[in-house]
Amino acid sequence: MTAQPHSGGRASAPIRTEALEALLTEKGLVNAGALDGLINRFVNDVGPMNGARVVARAWVDADFRERLLDDGTAAVGEFGFSGPQGEHIVVVPNDDKQHNVVVCTLCSCYPWPLLGLPPDWYKDPAYRSRIVREPRLVLSEMGLDLEDDINITVWDSSAENR
Amino acid sequence: MTLTCATQADGENLVDGLAAEGPAAAPRSNGELVFKAPWEGRAFGLALTLVDRGLFTLADLQAELIIAIAEWEALGQSNEEYEYYECWLVALERLVDRSTAVGLSDIDQRSEQYVARPHGHDHDHAHDHDHGH
Repeated sequence: MTAQPHSGGRASAPIRTEALEALLTEKGLVNAGALDGLINRFVNDVGPMNGARVVARAWVDADFRERLLDDGTAAVGEFGFSGPQGEHIVVVPNDDKQHNVVVCTLCSCYPWPLLGLPPDWYKDPAYRSRIVREPRLVLSEMGLDLEDDINITVWDSSAENR
Repeated sequence: MTLTCATQADGENLVDGLAAEGPAAAPRSNGELVFKAPWEGRAFGLALTLVDRGLFTLADLQAELIIAIAEWEALGQSNEEYEYYECWLVALERLVDRSTAVGLSDIDQRSEQYVARPHGHDHDHAHDHDHGH
């Protein structure tokens, strides 16, 4: 019998992960060295600095800004930022009257090539439910106070994908 | 609209000048560790490796993850801290069960063996193991 997921009846996650890796390695599906390389890439080489470069480019290059807003995936690809979870990038601009917030209400999907893996708060159930209901308050709690005349649009990336 | 050469050159410096380290460094890891524990990185990497090998797609993984997260939320364990990668692992195990020769019962059995290891067993992920079956 299989232990129920999400329950105390299972071995701990570190143990199960170790077992899973060993079994997949034995089947020839996983190679420890390649796995190390893949993990290191996500820890060291991708992160918000990639997205920061794209935004900085858009600040100083109006043609690029236009391309970025027109086809985010292609424009971001000019930097070589592509790969898993970077297949459908949509870029929305903030200005004096408009602020955009992104959430994935279902699974915390995130543009890895552009921003790295999502931070904890982004995956938190409280953020995922509250940002939709009370975005102004949540942003304020996070340190961003927006004037009342600034419109806030919340984008649900899981809904956008379906 | 065309930028002047001077502006373009300045822009080049601005973008390329984003320091890798120091106070002006572009944010690297959202101010927190990418993985809180090594197993989270392994679970993440295992899933992507199997996607790379074409055993299942990222969309399959996302769909299973949505189910696992919904299950966790349905339990209403507000006193338990939410662990995203626990859900990730539940989703990954189900996909492995469905898409490879490794089944959930194999994972259960091997995990039980590891739990029963003598205390202080110095385990290295990179080594092959003979647990003396």
